[in-house]
Amino acid sequence: MVELDEAFETVNMVSHENLDVRTITMGISLLDCIDSDLDVLCEKIHRKITESARDLVRVGDEIGSEYGVPVINKRISVTPIALIGGAACKSPQDFVRIAQTLDASAKEVGVNFIGGYSALVQKGMTPADRMLIESIPEALAKTERVCSSIGLGSTKTGINMDAVRLMGDIILMTAEATKEDDSLGCAKLVVFCNPPDDNPFMAGAFHGVTEADRVINVGVSGPGVVKHELEKIRGADFEVLCETIKRTAFKVTRVGQLFAKEASKRLGVPFGIVDLSLAPTPAVGDSIADIIHEMGMEYAGAPGTTAALAILNDQVKKGGVMASSYVGGLSGAFIPVTEDRSMAEAAEVGALTLEKLEAMTCVCSVGLDMIAIPGSTPATTIAGIIADEMAIGMVNQKTTAVRLIPVIGKDVGDFAQFGGLLGEAKIMPVNKFGCADFVNRGGRIPAPIHSFKN
Amino acid sequence: MSKTIVTLVGKDRVGIIATVCNFFAENNINILDLKQTTSRGYINMMMIVDTDEYKGSMQDLNLGLEEVGSKVGCIIKAQHEEIFEMMHRI
Repeated sequence: MVELDEAFETVNMVSHENLDVRTITMGISLLDCIDSDLDVLCEKIHRKITESARDLVRVGDEIGSEYGVPVINKRISVTPIALIGGAACKSPQDFVRIAQTLDASAKEVGVNFIGGYSALVQKGMTPADRMLIESIPEALAKTERVCSSIGLGSTKTGINMDAVRLMGDIILMTAEATKEDDSLGCAKLVVFCNPPDDNPFMAGAFHGVTEADRVINVGVSGPGVVKHELEKIRGADFEVLCETIKRTAFKVTRVGQLFAKEASKRLGVPFGIVDLSLAPTPAVGDSIADIIHEMGMEYAGAPGTTAALAILNDQVKKGGVMASSYVGGLSGAFIPVTEDRSMAEAAEVGALTLEKLEAMTCVCSVGLDMIAIPGSTPATTIAGIIADEMAIGMVNQKTTAVRLIPVIGKDVGDFAQFGGLLGEAKIMPVNKFGCADFVNRGGRIPAPIHSFKN
Repeated sequence: MSKTIVTLVGKDRVGIIATVCNFFAENNINILDLKQTTSRGYINMMMIVDTDEYKGSMQDLNLGLEEVGSKVGCIIKAQHEEIFEMMHRI
């Protein structure tokens, strides 16, 4: 029987500590839509998405209301579009048509983002992959809800440096194409090393080819809950600190597991995974940087931050794994800058730099995320930053990602605003020294020696 | 049986539980368990109720409880029991 204090602990997590289920994401395979005629392809894609996800938003809201924990986002991920459009698309503009179809389908079923405008080019690019990548600036400028992700490397394949270099240009072109909105297009574009097939979080969600026809993946949240629990044990040793995070992560993940099973049952779609991520938002108290502060750092970014984040990431996994029957996706702590009010503040006072963020990505679940940089940053420098991050992922056998926003017309210290969950922040400085001769070499970086396990 | 947990928090005064219980009686909701504490003039209460005979949805129930809450100056919420069991029991 539930006790009084337990009931109120749960109620307070929602009302005071921002506990929510961050996203219920339906993965939809579009492999059966492939057609050599673009009109037929778009029609099939539209039909498959709208029929599969017709009840997604209603069911998500219903479950949220019955259990008293809000489901913030209802989203869709689809098979990487480079694979789906290859037979029909003869130009980047043809791919833009598919992006517009995805956007229209997302609006029709009421989801706020649809992910999978993607290409997986970890080792090489097909002509279709290249066309999709070249279409990204126009596709993201002409759509509202489409998210794009590109796989540039993996531990098994090494890093495709041709694609890394190309993405340096594409990110700048996307920024230019959406410059009226502080280069918002780049907030919907992420590049990966070791991208997971079942990630429910945007902008990097896509429905991998290893997945079933349709699947329900759930992303949990809860930085506010962890911070609140840590407030109660100030000054305690690391054993107590770790146990507290682990216990809290267990409770938060159980909510995700319950919601995933329930959504799966009501929608008649198999349950895939729960992603155990601590995902911050710009809301006060919903911050990873606040947890780091509570652990003892004056600001996120101070010496000790990487160790603190390593503890947080590991304990979230240890608590979460026991709470869910299947875990996957990115699972860990996210460290976006603009989406986390206190991270943005730490960057503003100079405690948090791009280089420190890079170090932090070695021990967190993703990478350099939602960082506004000067619009004048050269494409080669952006490619260099991507290459560094891909190398960290490749060598450490983990997922890493880069979502940089070069804000056209703005410079260090200016303010960039993206609105809603995407947040706002001052523009961070980038290392001024060049790396053009390195990233322009072309070709690919071989897989590291420890990838040969056969 | 579908069990629902109702939590109430607010400034204590005469008749809070009576008003809530009346609402349940009028709506065919059976009270299975009731626990409460008061401290410094505030009340925390939890009820476990059986909603099998209740005609509306969980959303209707919460709307009704919101109205009752505004009469007695408390915040009242209803949630499926399963979420508490999931979070607090292995």
